[in-house]
Amino acid sequence: MSHSGSPVRDQTLTKASTRQPVNRNEVLLEVKDLSVIFQQRHGRATRAVDKVSFSVKPGEVVGIVGESGSGKSVTSMAVMGLLPSRATQIAGEANYRGRNLLTLGAKEMSDLRGREIAMVFQDPMSSLNPVIPIGLQVTEVLTRHNDISRADARGEAEDLLRRCGIPDPGRRLREYPHQLSGGMRQRALIAIALACKPALLICDEPTTALDVTIQAQVLELLKELVNDLGTAMVMITHDLGVVAGLCDFVNVMYAGRIVESAPRRELFAHPRHRYTEGLLQSIPRLDAPRGEPLTPIPGTPRDVIAWSKACAFAPRCRHAADDCVVGDLNLMPMGRGGHQVRCVHPADAPDPPQEIRR
Amino acid sequence: MTAEAVRPQALSELMTDTLSDEHGTSLWQGAMQRLRRNPGAIIGLVIVAAFVLLAVLAPVLAPYEPATSEWISEVTPSDVPGRSPEHALGLDPFGSDLLTQLIYGARQSLIIGVVSTAFGLLGGALLGLLAGAFGGWVDTLVMRIVDILLSIPALLLAVSVAAVMGQNPLAIMIAIAAAQVPIFARLLRGSMLGQRRRDYVLASSSLGLRRRTIVMSHVLPNSLGPVIVQATLTLATAIIEVAALSYLGLGAADPAVAEWGRMLVKAQDRLQSDPHLTVLPGICIAVTALGFTLFGEALREALDPKSRR
Amino acid sequence: MLRFIVRRLLLMVPVFFGLSVLLFVWVRALPGDPARSLLGEKATPELVARLNAAYGFDKPLLEQYVTYTGKLLQGDFGTSPRTGQPVLGTFLDRFPATVELSIAALLFAIALGIPLGYAAAKRSGGVFDFLAVGGSLLGVVVPVFVLAYLLKIVFAVGLPGQLGALAFLPASGRQDPRIDATHITNFYVLDGLITREFDASWDAVLHLILPAIALGSIPLAIIVRMTRASVLEVLNEDYVRTANAKGLAASLITRRHVLRNAMLPVLTTIGLQTGALLAGAVLTESVFAFNGIGSYLFDAISSLDFVVLQGFILFIAVVYALVNLVVDIGYGVVDPRLRTQ
Repeated sequence: MSHSGSPVRDQTLTKASTRQPVNRNEVLLEVKDLSVIFQQRHGRATRAVDKVSFSVKPGEVVGIVGESGSGKSVTSMAVMGLLPSRATQIAGEANYRGRNLLTLGAKEMSDLRGREIAMVFQDPMSSLNPVIPIGLQVTEVLTRHNDISRADARGEAEDLLRRCGIPDPGRRLREYPHQLSGGMRQRALIAIALACKPALLICDEPTTALDVTIQAQVLELLKELVNDLGTAMVMITHDLGVVAGLCDFVNVMYAGRIVESAPRRELFAHPRHRYTEGLLQSIPRLDAPRGEPLTPIPGTPRDVIAWSKACAFAPRCRHAADDCVVGDLNLMPMGRGGHQVRCVHPADAPDPPQEIRR
Repeated sequence: MTAEAVRPQALSELMTDTLSDEHGTSLWQGAMQRLRRNPGAIIGLVIVAAFVLLAVLAPVLAPYEPATSEWISEVTPSDVPGRSPEHALGLDPFGSDLLTQLIYGARQSLIIGVVSTAFGLLGGALLGLLAGAFGGWVDTLVMRIVDILLSIPALLLAVSVAAVMGQNPLAIMIAIAAAQVPIFARLLRGSMLGQRRRDYVLASSSLGLRRRTIVMSHVLPNSLGPVIVQATLTLATAIIEVAALSYLGLGAADPAVAEWGRMLVKAQDRLQSDPHLTVLPGICIAVTALGFTLFGEALREALDPKSRR
Repeated sequence: MLRFIVRRLLLMVPVFFGLSVLLFVWVRALPGDPARSLLGEKATPELVARLNAAYGFDKPLLEQYVTYTGKLLQGDFGTSPRTGQPVLGTFLDRFPATVELSIAALLFAIALGIPLGYAAAKRSGGVFDFLAVGGSLLGVVVPVFVLAYLLKIVFAVGLPGQLGALAFLPASGRQDPRIDATHITNFYVLDGLITREFDASWDAVLHLILPAIALGSIPLAIIVRMTRASVLEVLNEDYVRTANAKGLAASLITRRHVLRNAMLPVLTTIGLQTGALLAGAVLTESVFAFNGIGSYLFDAISSLDFVVLQGFILFIAVVYALVNLVVDIGYGVVDPRLRTQ
């Protein structure tokens, strides 16, 4: 899946000297046909992720948008190798700088994690160990991946916390998670993730659990940091607003598959998949006339059918027709900049086919 | 405008297919499903069922009458007759048929277990519900009493009560129940307090339902699960505690009575010559208690909505 | 922290008050007249008269209670008619033995229980898990004194035939009388170390092994289950996921992130085991003729010596409450969330 036209970012590549320099045009992460199947009790299997493919270039910010249950979090967990090994089947490839992460051994994977690829999770309170001080939670990443003394690590930890906007970082090092506010905890987690200056940062809904006012601050911080460090980022979210302000390229997921992918401007200007269209339309607008009703997407994520039988979004789609009931729809190029859509009756299609009603 | 109005036929058919696969399960239904798959629960249930059957059908299953000491003449200080055609397991140290004693022992254990658990449950429930329903000084008073009862290890509490009440079966049952009362009291009080703050209780009371109705029809059914779990575990403890009380010399005065704990203790001086006299009742106690404990623990796990099985 | 301790100590007061009232009522509830009950078989008219004078059983109840409480506060828990010794004195004399035994039992239960529980949690749902939990359950359902007897027969007295070779441990007592050991603190193992009589120390340890295993069987079961449940819960926590995402070494994650959090509820459980240990001691010590308060109580119960029983219950209640207080303080020290509040 190639995409030209992504804006070239001004990158200050500050990498650890032991790491290979990054080739700007080489793909950093390439996910090919990734599938994750969970075996549940008494034989039932759930396809959480169904042949998902996307790629990330160095310094690029790629968004993955979807509702809960769309498989977006599971995708990132699979790439990081953090899914439980029991009752889980993973297929496909996740090539980081040419190495397939899915086939790496445990030791090699743990060497990569934190150092080259890092992750920031959703709930800052539960993501921090409540019984050890913040400082230790930062320094342990530094001492694991770098040949650095504890004293030096502490100094660097303090710098990191300060860089992430935490006031009085020296004192914070000795404090415990419960003594910090939600926003500060998330900043600490970001500091931890970026401590070893990874090439790729995966953020799984990093602002969802925060107050609205703090959300903006944290997103600004992320933007600034990835700019300064030249880190590539995968931003997983359900919020198109987050995507609009941050991402270079966007993938929209539904029921385990990518249903639309395009560069940011293209996606917002010409959304084609009915789901994306629905998402955009459902955002309440400040400038809409008073009293105008909102337009949600009808139904719930549970009104779904298997991709093998039809378009999974069809039960909730206002434009569903008989020819949507066809198994294994493919992604079709449709638009500029590598825009692809998995839809039989997309919006703004050059030749809208006859829509057959019942 | 909804999507249903213009949905194509083929799509509607597919959707109904998917929907029919789903079914909601209540807490108890879910628990039943989980129990069925739990090997511990099944083993426990089998043991419990066997035990209950043995106890209930004792007169039918046992070859002789219990505690008759009919064959006492055959017993010598150094030897107790073993297996023979008339006595499948031989005799006990007091001249009764061992198999009969064991079978009737199940009956004794069941009665003592059930009655003492029932007493403990009733007493505890009364205290706990009072404390939980009324709160305030009632709650504090009741909880102080519970604290006092809990400040003594259960066995000693049972011993104290048994000492006062003398050596009869009822005394044993009340003694064991006494130690269980504070546990049930805490359980029910905690349950009540937890439920009181729930939204549905607030909703009910804002609708004007009387406190008693709320307790009876809303709070109690939700407390049922933990209470049943505790009751099964208490039964297991009761069976063991009876043995301990017998060991300490409390309990029924007649040494020949068919009760596992008593049989076990009275045979201890013959441990080297006829170990089966101690081992067999010991196994009965252990296996029965194990059965109840396995089932109780499995039930607890099955009812826990946070269980990630 | 100091406020917390003081508050807890103050809370203990009404409980003891209530307990003393309860015991007071209890002795008078015993069948027959109180003096006779307390004296048991030894009741002669003059002893009864003396007891009546001492306890004032013929005086009004309130006065009796005041005398009784007064004596308690002075440390006079009464004199056992059986042994003729003051009750409190005998307790304090024999307490170290039971403490030594309890510590040994707890050490056994912890050393075996925590690793087993952890291993069971990591292999949750498998055969090992089932066996570990089921096996530890046996510790609960086999009555302690039965286990004690079995251990004694197999490992001390000796089974007939070849299995008799397993019997290498002492069958009874705390120390071999042939070793002329000096006792300072009454903690025999400690005494041996202090006086540098290492053979005495070792001998004391050997005498502790079997009773400790028997006594520790119940805490073992509970610790295994508690550890397993706690570790399972912690393994599912988000911060363990974060630790994995950091690429930390597995052993570090286990130590710093999993165990440090999982051990908190287990610690409380261990503290709560004291009551069970004391009850178990009553049933175990007598089998091994171990001269702790357990066997003292056993004799008292068997001969219905109510003076001792009454004193014992109060004594135990105090010990139990103090141990719980220590556990709570310990918990507050270990869990930083409680420290800063």
